[in-house]
Amino acid sequence: MIRFTNVHMNYPGGNEALRNINLHIEQGAMVYITGRSGAGKSTLLRLIALIDRHSRGQIIINGQNLERVRNRRIPIFRRHIGFMFQDHRLLNDRTVFDNVALPLVIAGYRHQEIRKRVQAALDKVSLLTKVNSYPMALSGGEQQRVGVARAVVHRPAILLADEPTGNLDPALSWDTMKLFEQFNQVGVTVLIASHDLDMIKRMSKRIITLKTGRILPLGGTPTQS
Amino acid sequence: MKNVNRKKNTRPDKTFKSELKRRFDMWLLQHAQAFIFSLGQYIKYPISNILTTAVIGISLALPASFYLLLDNVRYVSSSWDGSVQITLFLQTDVDEARAAEFANTLSGNNNISETVLIKRADALAEYQKLSGFAEALNTLDENPLPNVLLVKPSLESGDETETEALIKELEAMPEVDSAQYDSRWLKRLLYLLDIVNRLIVILSTLLAIAVLLIIGNTIRLSIHNRRSEIEITKLFGGTDSFIQRPFLYSGLWYGVFGGIIAWLLITISMQMLHGPVKQLANLYASDFHLIGLGFGNSLILLASGIALGLLGSWIAVKRHLRAIEPV
Repeated sequence: MIRFTNVHMNYPGGNEALRNINLHIEQGAMVYITGRSGAGKSTLLRLIALIDRHSRGQIIINGQNLERVRNRRIPIFRRHIGFMFQDHRLLNDRTVFDNVALPLVIAGYRHQEIRKRVQAALDKVSLLTKVNSYPMALSGGEQQRVGVARAVVHRPAILLADEPTGNLDPALSWDTMKLFEQFNQVGVTVLIASHDLDMIKRMSKRIITLKTGRILPLGGTPTQS
Repeated sequence: MKNVNRKKNTRPDKTFKSELKRRFDMWLLQHAQAFIFSLGQYIKYPISNILTTAVIGISLALPASFYLLLDNVRYVSSSWDGSVQITLFLQTDVDEARAAEFANTLSGNNNISETVLIKRADALAEYQKLSGFAEALNTLDENPLPNVLLVKPSLESGDETETEALIKELEAMPEVDSAQYDSRWLKRLLYLLDIVNRLIVILSTLLAIAVLLIIGNTIRLSIHNRRSEIEITKLFGGTDSFIQRPFLYSGLWYGVFGGIIAWLLITISMQMLHGPVKQLANLYASDFHLIGLGFGNSLILLASGIALGLLGSWIAVKRHLRAIEPV
């Protein structure tokens, strides 16, 4: 599903964000990427989503070599990916329904289909009652769940989450992780960047640890140096 | 992967035609969404949008009304075009009988095709009737108006030097006080109108650029305000054309509403001018009435608004939308 071969990433100005990354994530896996800030977690996710292009090496996502994806095909490529962010990034002038519907509207679904899928996604995150609320009227945890619903409503093949629990208390974080696990169980490949080591360990999933742009060996037992 | 599989499984069953129809339906649906969404955005912020539209409307109304004014002046002057005639004001001591005689002799001149005598008494009567100065004129001891001869030259060529020569000849006659050649000021008027026409072209160009800048800047601000929305849309696979569509439609709305405001401004102004102009025309015994915008010109006005709106937003979108990449 996701394969990195000798991938390097240099940002303009010589900042080497990733060095010689070799990585394989199978379809349907759930993987945590951890490391201190600046270790390259976000960069890894950005390369997968083609927000940035890698400098050297080869990345293959879902059978597609990213070097061959031309700029004008990037939007179509991204429709197979769902995104989650630490700061939710919901649109505050739209209702919960419109926020969650966005990926479907972009993909050109019909209204009836959109309604059906949005309701299913909101049902999954237990927010069906808030469908007409605005994000500002929701608590932080609820906003986060709206973000989850938006990330999965178009049934992406890959779910990328960048510090999804950064602003949540431990109980809510745990709930969010469990939610991700549910989506993973129906076949979505899930990648979560997080530095919340305690919780990650409890989830007992594969852990990839980055340090200054390299993958540490024995990712399962990261050391916080 | 699920999503991809589903597509792969269903696609082979579909004929090329139904796939084409699906794409067309989707295209139509997304246009309808952008159309309605942009109108919704317009209604959502009424004050600022109405202000912007009013500025656009006035900018469109100014050159349009100047053109209309020019049209009307041209219409008036066109009725004078054929009547190239020389007006001879006779000496005041020339009485009516001698004036008639003089007119007869002039008619014999080869260079003159027609003469019309306006007797001083008739002139006074007409003036009293039309000017409204009847009372004031009654107090005068004698008629201050001279006899007037309207002389139509037979010089078909309209050769300026020949006409000039004829005028000199006529002016030299003892009965004639002064000669006035109408086409001289008519020509001046036409040249003047030409200059005014060019001024209007320049002014229209400047105001069109102003409209472009206003719409471009408004769209630029709106792109700036919705930056996070654009980023999210790009992240979830929105194509450039999908993202720019609502902005282009916003430009369209500014153009449409600006055009309508301009049309209203001009129509109301014409209504206000209608009465006074009619009274003035009556004074000149003319049945002249103001030419309004008419259906064709109204359409042109609206089309200019739409074209400027679309162009302005297109420029803004091309310049500012590409720069926004998801972060």
